[in-house]
Amino acid sequence: MSETVRRKGITGYILLAPAVVWLVAFFLIPFYSLLAASLFNSDGSDFRGYTMTYEWSNYWHAIQDYYPQFIRSLVYAGFATFFCLILGYVLAYAIAFKSGRWKNLMLVLVIAPFFTSFLVRTLSWKLILGNDGVVVNTLQFLHILGPNGHLLYTPFAVVMGLTYNFLPFMVLPLFASIDKIDYRLIEASNDLYANPVVGFFKVTWPLSLPGVVSGTLLTFIPAVGDYINDELLGSTQTRMIGNTIQSLFTEANDYPAASALSVILMLMIVVMVLFYVKRAGTEDLL
Amino acid sequence: MSHLAEDTTTVAAAEGTPGAGLGLRALTKQFANFTAVDSLDLDVPTGSFFALLGPSGCGKTTTLRMVAGLETPTSGTIHLAGKDITHQKPYRRPVNTVFQNYALFPHLDIFENVAFGPRRRKVAGIDAEVHRMLELVELTSQTRKVPAQLSGGQQQRVALARALINKPEVLLLDEPLGALDLKLRRQMQIELKRIQTEVGITFIHVTHDQEEAMTMADTIAVMNAGVIEQMGAPDDLYENPRTTFVANFLGQSNLIDGTIRSRDGDMTRVDMHGIMVSVPRERTHATDSRGWVGIRPEKVLIGEEGEALDAPGNTIPGGVISDVSFVGVSTQYLVRMPWGQELQVFEQNTGRRRIFRTGDRVELSWRPEYAFVLDHAQDASAGSQIDDE
Amino acid sequence: MRWLQSKVVLILGILVLVYTFVPISVVVVMSFNKLPSEQSKIYRFNQFTLDNWLHPCTDPSMCQALGRSIEIGLLATLGATILGTLAAFALVRHSFVGRSSTNVLIFLPMAAPEIVMGSSLLALFVSAGFAGQLGFTTILIAHIMFCLSFVIVTVRSRLAGLSDTLEQAAMDLYATPQQTFWKVTFPLVFPGILGAALLSFSLSFDDFIITNLNAGNTTTFPMYVWGVSRKTIPMQINVVGTVMLIVSVLIVVGGEVRNRRRTRALAGPSPARRDSVVAAAGARSSAGGLEAV
Repeated sequence: MSETVRRKGITGYILLAPAVVWLVAFFLIPFYSLLAASLFNSDGSDFRGYTMTYEWSNYWHAIQDYYPQFIRSLVYAGFATFFCLILGYVLAYAIAFKSGRWKNLMLVLVIAPFFTSFLVRTLSWKLILGNDGVVVNTLQFLHILGPNGHLLYTPFAVVMGLTYNFLPFMVLPLFASIDKIDYRLIEASNDLYANPVVGFFKVTWPLSLPGVVSGTLLTFIPAVGDYINDELLGSTQTRMIGNTIQSLFTEANDYPAASALSVILMLMIVVMVLFYVKRAGTEDLL
Repeated sequence: MSHLAEDTTTVAAAEGTPGAGLGLRALTKQFANFTAVDSLDLDVPTGSFFALLGPSGCGKTTTLRMVAGLETPTSGTIHLAGKDITHQKPYRRPVNTVFQNYALFPHLDIFENVAFGPRRRKVAGIDAEVHRMLELVELTSQTRKVPAQLSGGQQQRVALARALINKPEVLLLDEPLGALDLKLRRQMQIELKRIQTEVGITFIHVTHDQEEAMTMADTIAVMNAGVIEQMGAPDDLYENPRTTFVANFLGQSNLIDGTIRSRDGDMTRVDMHGIMVSVPRERTHATDSRGWVGIRPEKVLIGEEGEALDAPGNTIPGGVISDVSFVGVSTQYLVRMPWGQELQVFEQNTGRRRIFRTGDRVELSWRPEYAFVLDHAQDASAGSQIDDE
Repeated sequence: MRWLQSKVVLILGILVLVYTFVPISVVVVMSFNKLPSEQSKIYRFNQFTLDNWLHPCTDPSMCQALGRSIEIGLLATLGATILGTLAAFALVRHSFVGRSSTNVLIFLPMAAPEIVMGSSLLALFVSAGFAGQLGFTTILIAHIMFCLSFVIVTVRSRLAGLSDTLEQAAMDLYATPQQTFWKVTFPLVFPGILGAALLSFSLSFDDFIITNLNAGNTTTFPMYVWGVSRKTIPMQINVVGTVMLIVSVLIVVGGEVRNRRRTRALAGPSPARRDSVVAAAGARSSAGGLEAV
């Protein structure tokens, strides 16, 4: 009957303050630091210190030196997101509409593998895709892969790892969206002479779009910045932007360049997300 | 007939000491952009089963919540047993509520739900009292289940027990049967009435369902747009409505435009599109020269054209049947009158008379003492378009 | 054939599930593997052994890293859960200026790439002169930061789903505001808080990217695995992975069984519970949050 009445007064601010202060101090302000660091003089170092020289050329150099990694990151993450969408949609649809009383169990099973350490999980792909592994042997036997062909340390392995690791981020929002669809709508579309395929694209897919949008974003964003999969399953030929940023920070100690790359990555993602959400908002997604 | 209302009130009031019941004076609640309750005066005698009846949004729930202390009145006072409780905290009032969707605590079992109030008040002998209460609502075998394991009807009983165990001065019931299906609702209506008689506590029951209010309550206040339209015993409200809203909201009424020609003696003579009808003076609630002549569809007799019906006085010729619905116990006709209006007529299927067909020419008649005249300034359709939720 | 047709989606779905379990089964199997030699770099099954389970700390530095991860996980969980729960109450129950910008602030850490968050924090620490003191404290700060939003979102959804008529009913039944909070509100929100805490712990325990940038010389378990991944991989990491899997499955299934027992009389599982499984497991998937962008 009555809406929850929000209490006025100072208590709300007191309750909220610690969390907001924490997020401002360790999430927002760091962005400013990052921005500042990206404009430091490029020949500074940890020991000599940096000076703020508004070195905009850092950005120019960063793009010039590392554009292949940027492009690679986008392409790999794009493929991974695409594969996640296909696999995730099938799984989410099956759980939502076809699993009957096993619904909860299947949901738990989707989540369970991902409570095992990310790194340990990714390492086991190394074994699965390894040169003497079942997968490679089978593919070689079928002549899909040449006798000297391999999977590990290729872009395929990296995309595969990304797909695997970020699948739940796709499945859960998709499930949440599909599960809300009244199955009678799909039956109604069949009743109105839509065959299952037409019915899917005219009814189920449009209604699940919110899940598709959040799922693809939640998969793409972490995938594009990830470097664990690439480091463990890829090679120096497959380096992504995350690897570069990480090694510039921790190994080369080139803070200005690393910061500039980070800022570019962030901006790129923000622009893409805004563009994407806007298009998705007008139901113009595909 | 019109004395019935006063009679009931006096009888009910006599049961308790004067001023011992619940009294609302000029109670007003304004929200940001509308007035939910508008200067309401109401006395609920102790021990009565009182219904606040009205469509959704009429202010009945707000009134109830103010009595419970869950809403603060903008102005006005609430007295209970001679004490001003207008600004008393809800947890200090001797008032308990059965909430619309029961609001049972999902994390507590039935026993603990019922024991919640006594535990807060640190009453002694809780166990025995809870069992006595669960016995009253016939739920002794379910004490250790959680609310989610009970059916709607059972949850309803738990909510009732949980409130009654505190022996409140007044028990408030907010659409208590709204979530139940029709059959269960009937059953619970009888059940609630039994329990009320047994415990003797004042029940204030808020509902939009007129049938529910009429079945259970001994006094009904019909509420509309923040004010009480009419208050009285169910039969009095039904037989002698004073406003078009009550006439339409409580059952159905034919309201016919009429001009009052004379008010001599006991009778008012009304010209109804050229046909003179009589209505008792005490049932004439129009002060102007114009009014709505009202008659309940089941009070209208229907006969062949020219047939002398047994009602003395009010005979209205020239009707043509425009629709017939056979509903088993009765037949419901729509009769188009010479002035273009369609009147409703319900006739018992006693078998004494043939069932008319569409297009048949008929004559209508009713006894003067069943008719009433309402103020012409009121909207003739007020209260009729309200859907049940 | 018709049977197959009607089940084809379900079968494909199960195949996807199987795919997600392939690496997990490898982890479990490899936890029983004996490497051919101490320095072997070959990562494949060689010989069955229970040694890894019996002597998990053959490499003491692994157990040290594990201990540190658990310690950081517990502290981060405690911090994030307290701050986040308070904030969730404020968001649902109190009115204040700047609600929408607060919502954006809470949403962003869940959407920002970890590498950007990690490098930003590092930039902050460096510019504040903490470059030499990176370690336990800086990791803890970072972990509380990225767990916070997940806690807020999880508790908030639980709290928002809690009808305030229950609290009104408590008040009506003579409970003072304090009693109402402790007897009704808190017990009902508690599952949400617990879920948020479990989520926090698993996020903190498993984080690598942000941690690695802000850890200095401190090594957590994921960092240890990272370190050994190009060298000899001690099979004990698979023991840790298996134990993590078992513990989390037990927690989830335990909660589910407990819930089923409570609502067995009702037909079908409660949708509310399912929502909380979804929310707890992937608060990142809070579609509502995306609207903030």
